[in-house]
Amino acid sequence: MKPAFSVIFLTTLIGAAQGLFLALFTHQSYALFGLLPMQSDDFYGYGTLIVLALLAAGLVASFFHLGRPERAWRAATQWRTSWLSREVIVLPAFMGVAFLFGVSHLFGIRPEIVTLPSGMVIDLSVILGAAGTLLAFALFVCTAMIYACLRFLREWHSPLTVINYILMGGSSGFVLAAFYAASFAPDQADFFAGWAIIITILALIGRAASLFRNARLKPTSTIQTAIGVKHPQITQRSMGAMGGSFNTREFFHGKSAGFLRAIKPAFLLLGFVLPLVLLALGLFTPALLGLAFILQYAGLLAERWFFFAQANHPQNLYYQTIG
Amino acid sequence: MTQLALVIDLNVCVGCSACVTSCKEWNTSGSAGPLVDERPYGENPTGTFFNRVQTYEMGTFPNSETMHFPKSCLHCEDPPCVPVCPTGASYKRKEDGIVLVDYDKCIGCKYCSWACPYGAREIDEKQKVMKKCTLCVDRIYDMTMPEADRKPSCVKACPTSARLFGDIHDPESEVSQAIREDGGYALMPEWGTHPSNHYLPRRKTKMKIHADELERADNPLKLDQQLPKPDKDQSTLDDASAW
Amino acid sequence: MPSTPLHDPLAPPVAGATTEIKKTTCYMCACRCGIRVHLRNGEVRYIDGNPDHPLNGGVICAKGSSGIMKQYSPARLTKPLRRKPGSERGAGEFEEISWEETFSILAERLGKLRATDPKKFALFTGRDQMQALTGMFARQFGTPNYAAHGGFCSVNMAAGMIYTIGGSFWEFGGPDLERSKLFIMIGTAEDHHSNPLKVALSKFKREGGRFISINPVRTGYSAIADEWVPIRPGTDGALFLAIIHELIELGLYDREFLVRYTNSGQLVNLDAEHDEFGMFVRTEVPEEEGCYDPQNKLWWDRNTNKPVVTHTEGADPFLRGEFKLSDGTPVKPAFQLLKERVAEYTPEWAEGVTGISADTIRRLAHEMGITARDQKIELPIAWTDSWGKEHSSVTGNPVAFHAMRGLAAHSNGFHTIRALSILMTLLGTIDRPGGFRHKPPFPRPIPPCARPPNDPRAVQPNTPLDGMPLGWPADPDDLFVDKEGEPVRIDKGFSWEYPLSAHGLMHNVITNAWRGDPYKIDTLLLFMANMAWNSTMNTSEVRKMLTDKDENGEYKIPNIVVCDAFHSETTAFADLILPDTTYLERHDVMSMLDRPISEFDGPVDSVRIPVMPRTGECRPFQEVLIELGTRLKLPAFVTADGTRKYRDYPDFIVNWETAPGSGIGFLSGWRGKGGEKSMKGEPNPNQWEMYAKNDCVHHEVLPRSYQFMRNWNKGYLEWSQRNGITRYSEPILIHLYSEVMQKFRLAAQGKSITRQPPKHLAKRVETYFDPLPFYYEPLETQASDKQKYPLSAVTQRPMAMYHSWDSQNAWLRQIHAHNYLYVNAQTAKNAGIADGDWIWCESQWGKVRCMARYSESVEPGTVWTWNAIGKAAGAWNLTPDANESQQGFLLNHLISEELPKQADGSRFSNSDPITGQAAWYDVRVRIYKAEAGEPTQTSPQFPPMKQYPGMKQAPSWLAYFGGGKKKGGAK
Ligand SMILES: Nc1nc2c(c(=O)[nH]1)N[C@H]1C(S)=C(S)[C@@H](COP(=O)(O)OP(=O)(O)OC[C@H]3O[C@@H](n4cnc5c(=O)[nH]c(N)nc54)[C@H](O)[C@@H]3O)O[C@H]1N2
Ligand SMILES: Nc1nc2c(c(=O)[nH]1)N[C@H]1C(S)=C(S)[C@@H](COP(=O)(O)OP(=O)(O)OC[C@H]3O[C@@H](n4cnc5c(=O)[nH]c(N)nc54)[C@H](O)[C@@H]3O)O[C@H]1N2
Ligand code: SF4
Ligand code: SF4
Ligand code: SF4
Ligand code: SF4
Ligand code: SF4
Ligand SMILES: [Mo]
Repeated sequence: MKPAFSVIFLTTLIGAAQGLFLALFTHQSYALFGLLPMQSDDFYGYGTLIVLALLAAGLVASFFHLGRPERAWRAATQWRTSWLSREVIVLPAFMGVAFLFGVSHLFGIRPEIVTLPSGMVIDLSVILGAAGTLLAFALFVCTAMIYACLRFLREWHSPLTVINYILMGGSSGFVLAAFYAASFAPDQADFFAGWAIIITILALIGRAASLFRNARLKPTSTIQTAIGVKHPQITQRSMGAMGGSFNTREFFHGKSAGFLRAIKPAFLLLGFVLPLVLLALGLFTPALLGLAFILQYAGLLAERWFFFAQANHPQNLYYQTIG
Repeated sequence: MTQLALVIDLNVCVGCSACVTSCKEWNTSGSAGPLVDERPYGENPTGTFFNRVQTYEMGTFPNSETMHFPKSCLHCEDPPCVPVCPTGASYKRKEDGIVLVDYDKCIGCKYCSWACPYGAREIDEKQKVMKKCTLCVDRIYDMTMPEADRKPSCVKACPTSARLFGDIHDPESEVSQAIREDGGYALMPEWGTHPSNHYLPRRKTKMKIHADELERADNPLKLDQQLPKPDKDQSTLDDASAW
Repeated sequence: MPSTPLHDPLAPPVAGATTEIKKTTCYMCACRCGIRVHLRNGEVRYIDGNPDHPLNGGVICAKGSSGIMKQYSPARLTKPLRRKPGSERGAGEFEEISWEETFSILAERLGKLRATDPKKFALFTGRDQMQALTGMFARQFGTPNYAAHGGFCSVNMAAGMIYTIGGSFWEFGGPDLERSKLFIMIGTAEDHHSNPLKVALSKFKREGGRFISINPVRTGYSAIADEWVPIRPGTDGALFLAIIHELIELGLYDREFLVRYTNSGQLVNLDAEHDEFGMFVRTEVPEEEGCYDPQNKLWWDRNTNKPVVTHTEGADPFLRGEFKLSDGTPVKPAFQLLKERVAEYTPEWAEGVTGISADTIRRLAHEMGITARDQKIELPIAWTDSWGKEHSSVTGNPVAFHAMRGLAAHSNGFHTIRALSILMTLLGTIDRPGGFRHKPPFPRPIPPCARPPNDPRAVQPNTPLDGMPLGWPADPDDLFVDKEGEPVRIDKGFSWEYPLSAHGLMHNVITNAWRGDPYKIDTLLLFMANMAWNSTMNTSEVRKMLTDKDENGEYKIPNIVVCDAFHSETTAFADLILPDTTYLERHDVMSMLDRPISEFDGPVDSVRIPVMPRTGECRPFQEVLIELGTRLKLPAFVTADGTRKYRDYPDFIVNWETAPGSGIGFLSGWRGKGGEKSMKGEPNPNQWEMYAKNDCVHHEVLPRSYQFMRNWNKGYLEWSQRNGITRYSEPILIHLYSEVMQKFRLAAQGKSITRQPPKHLAKRVETYFDPLPFYYEPLETQASDKQKYPLSAVTQRPMAMYHSWDSQNAWLRQIHAHNYLYVNAQTAKNAGIADGDWIWCESQWGKVRCMARYSESVEPGTVWTWNAIGKAAGAWNLTPDANESQQGFLLNHLISEELPKQADGSRFSNSDPITGQAAWYDVRVRIYKAEAGEPTQTSPQFPPMKQYPGMKQAPSWLAYFGGGKKKGGAK
């Protein structure tokens, strides 16, 4: 597939946003149980603003993918069958809840909702945080399922796609949270960094697993099934469009195999190994964690590029030769 | 239930591309139109076409075959391009099984094209909506046309009548018969999309020559044979016999 | 679930539009299908096939469907243009002038030429369909220097078959696939009968017919063949002769047919001392006045063992053997000579020449022979033959052939095609069901009666040419040469160098005119011919000749006028450009006097009627000719007192007659005052309307009994004579053995009473004018170093492009934006060439850089490409970086219009030595990888052509929406 930058940015940006939201609310939950010191409302509130900013940026990027953005609202109508439609619903829902979560913190609007028998007070921000958490996961699933549900894109059609979207989004969100904490609540940085390390390791395992799987995929469709001729040796002589077509633009990454080979270690290094190394240093300075986030984000951009480029669409069988 | 479709006879398709441009011509000014062209007079001209003809070679010289292969939307019975569409712009008509795009709903997200294993959809780079073969829905039901014209443009154009059109759910139809009797097959059956369009394979006529056909009593060579006429003086039985 | 659609796909896309359907004839190619042009608010919305048209029955091809993009092409010329005074020819600097000015310039210059030396005006036309008018104009003008594309196209096919069976493939006849069982297609990629052939081929295949294709390349039609027989280019003659050998060896020929309908049984004089050596022995029957074959030859009767006059009732000739006439003259039947000729042409021999195994050759012969013999067709149609014999049925042998330029475009093509005609004859398949069928006005006498003038005095100032500029020589006295035997025509047509050049040699006109050999001319008028590009050989050099100047700084070809509808490469070399209309904007006729669209069952002619107003100041060339003819006071166009005779072209078509009161004109339909007559009759003022009402076609279906065996069908021949189609109604015996050829050979041997060739040509004429077909290597191959240039290079017609003129077509050029050189994958690998590599393809004449494409469907010794896809930069109003000029290439740069120098420094045309047919497919090449640092661009390149005044800017987007609002995108 041809990696579209709008989609690369969309998925990586909202992934980080979802991850950051999860990180913030995880922290709040820990604090709720007294496992960590509760931070100021500002800490959660401004953090949520970052979440919203990332989501908004992702949304803007996504509009670049649409031919007719003015009709984007229509995309919410087919939630019964379309994961894309579901994403289109869940994303704003998540944004809305995150927004409210942020508002409840920033403006201190935290009416008490229930008090548990244990004496724990569940206020509005907790309810919103929990809802946001659910939506964040739902959004991960929707986004990933857009790709994972396409059966003939074998590289994508796997539970690993969903798992990896969650883990990579989570990883980048927690790294970002660590950086955020290092800057505004330095004593909490190690909490986020710790989780970041765990999730990043899991993400690395997940991504490696999918690379391993994809390297072993045997194409289900062949030129023989594509044109329905059994002959063992079939070569295309002409694809019927010499100046190119949508089919040659949309489904081929247009880069050399060497480029593709080089990108793989690059994103593994940038997206997973280097951030892990930086985190493992245990020096949770804003500079180092900021660097970790930036490197990782670049790595995830490359990862996403590779994710698309590696997917070999069966339609490509029909578009092999200009002649 | 009706399922309209094309059946393409690869046994007679000569790859002339009449179906390609007649389709473009009809549809550019039709309900799906215009079908835009980018750099029409420049480098790498490229435009929207609903149907293209490709060429494949099988085997190695001298045991090689050349095959022309037209391809348009196959109007799958279970079209993966439809459920994925977030807007409902991509739909399959109940009444005749034609898969269409609603150009007024489509947001040009291209997702349906990813979901089609056959590469049958093309974005219109100017109108920014997804387009594809409509089975000439604006011809086949146009009652202002004489009945003979109510066929897809490509079908009418095809000089070898390699393109049959009809209802594959009607066992009596020409297309069903062709699929049944001439080995009609579907592309990439492995995905369970159940394409409605079918292809008919090459069929070879061979000739068997029997040895006796080469040696015949009525061989005209016999008539023109001037048998040697021996000399009258030559010795014959007459010279030696005594009857 | 999807809700109801917003976009109603069934709603008319343009509300309240006015729509109209007009019928006319397509001219996206020379096939002439009937079309319906659907207009919406006056713009073309759709063009489809006319279902009621006899030729295409409603189907249409890729080109025909793209007519819209031709009509609205930004490459269209819309104003008469004059080369800017002071600018260099070829630089493409033009200024608009008015038609009035154009005509006065032309009339003045041409008037002077006509009054002094009409030869100095040359009119050559390309792939047009109005040769009857252009030829007549030239004749009226008085110049012999006229021809159309036939000489570089397929005159070998026309001549080879017409001189043998009195008809031909091309537009004159074809395979009866409806009844055939075995079809052998040879050297055909697309043909002139584009749609009808496809229609017939698919029906044939569906009905279980067996289809064999003989071609070095397997594409297009050959792709669906049941068997592909790859052959080395230029060697088909060897194949046919070997098949003939095998058929005769096994007796697999139709003896009855040969006896009655061919000259097989006729006795040939074999007395080497005799003047008539090699001619048929004739009896005293007085020779009739006329142009052909009186029935006064002899057979050797099997029943009486005596010579008798042919077709004597009850006689049956020996086809084999040798005999002595009473005066001691040794004689043999023609068939015996053929048998002797093919004795050495064994399948084993042919295997070495053609690359086809002897077993395959034998099997092909057996398949043909057995199918012909054992699957006889008998139709219950009673008919009478020319000798008065009644037949209760028409029979046929269902083996059909079709061949075109794969045979024609070689310098041995004439003999190859004679061999094929004889093969078809041996199988008994001429104008019989399931075989070859003629289309009226064919068959014609052998050779047809039209003769070129044969004396330089035929050309006189202010006088029409004495004779048609083109014709069919029957013997050396018909050559158009002077006393020294030197050519009178600028192209050397009908000279001793190319005696039977029935269509002229357009491919040599520019070179000859430039060289002044045989003389200099003043004005060259090119109509519908892209002679600075794809229809010329040696393109790079010819382009230089067009701008070359003499010592005085004058152009060697002083004045070039081009009539074109588009921004072709050739227009750049014009001094004057006449912008033509498109086919949708003008009247045209596909006349019986030219190449009508006749069917097997009878004559058909057709017309074009404008469906669109003319664009800009475009004017049909026909109108231009009539206007010019009137101004020049050419007798056909003015009355006795010199006043205008015809208002315009439609008026001319209706009222002109071949001779006053002849009743024969351009159109055969609805003649007579009220349109009640067919074929012949007084002019009918409403003829156009009647054509318009009848799908633009007039189809005269012959009675069934006139539809077969027409060479010898008394009823048909007399009908044809009555209708002025032929002058004679004698039977047209097939020339298995060609006396015409022998007459030239005798002349070359100094034995004839006719003219004799100049000494230096005697050997050539003697060699090639063999009365029986023989095989020789193509001339260029003979003159090439085959070690150095091991490959043959040929072109093929792409189905979705017509010559050079469709690159301006926004839809078609997406199918063929540029071309590759297709090379057998193994051949390429051996040369270290990878698929898609930039390579050089080099002949002894030049080289082109192009891209290679592997193929398994091409014989290893052949490389090929699509014809005329490559373009000069900027031409056709394409951007200078367009694929056509940057990646596309033209093979013509590698093909010479002349053969290497003779010992005396003279050069023959690169043509068939008999007909002057351009030998496009003889060129030998080698291929090698381009160097790493070379530009990835075709070579040669030419400076980009400029846009001319009056041309539209080519848009960067196109969103054509005929006659309606254009949603999105600029138009
Ligand atoms: N679409 C389209 N149709 C056209 C035209 C066009 O430009 N485009 N042009 C029209 C014109 S003007 C013409 S003359 C006709 C020509 O119609 P064709 O005769 O069909 O034209 P070519 O493309 O020259 O085909 C020549 C074929 O002969 C093969 N060949 C070459 N050398 C040999 C040989 O030695 N032996 C054998 N057996 N085969 C050989 C080539 O591979 C090729 O397949 O087409 C007409 N129709
Ligand atoms: N290498 C190679 N060269 C070949 C051949 C080959 O097989 N191989 N084939 C040869 C053969 S068979 C032929 S017939 C020639 C054909 O060669 P040409 O006769 O030169 O054919 P075109 O290239 O189509 O060019 C005809 C010109 O007519 C113009 N034209 C189109 N429509 C109209 C119109 O309505 N009015 C006027 N006035 N002009 C119009 C076009 O713009 C173009 O400039 O090519 C020959 N050249
Ligand atoms: S029009 Fe018919 S013969 Fe031509 S390419 Fe299309 S299907 Fe094949
Ligand atoms: S061919 Fe592709 S676009 Fe057409 S119905 Fe099937 S999946 Fe959808
Ligand atoms: S491009 Fe249009 S039709 Fe396709 S999925 Fe998107 S909205 Fe639906
Ligand atoms: S059915 Fe109509 S839209 Fe579809 S390929 Fe044929 S002409 Fe085009
Ligand atoms: S074959 Fe030629 S005449 Fe017929 S539709 Fe095609 S372009 Fe027109
Ligand atoms: Mo031609």
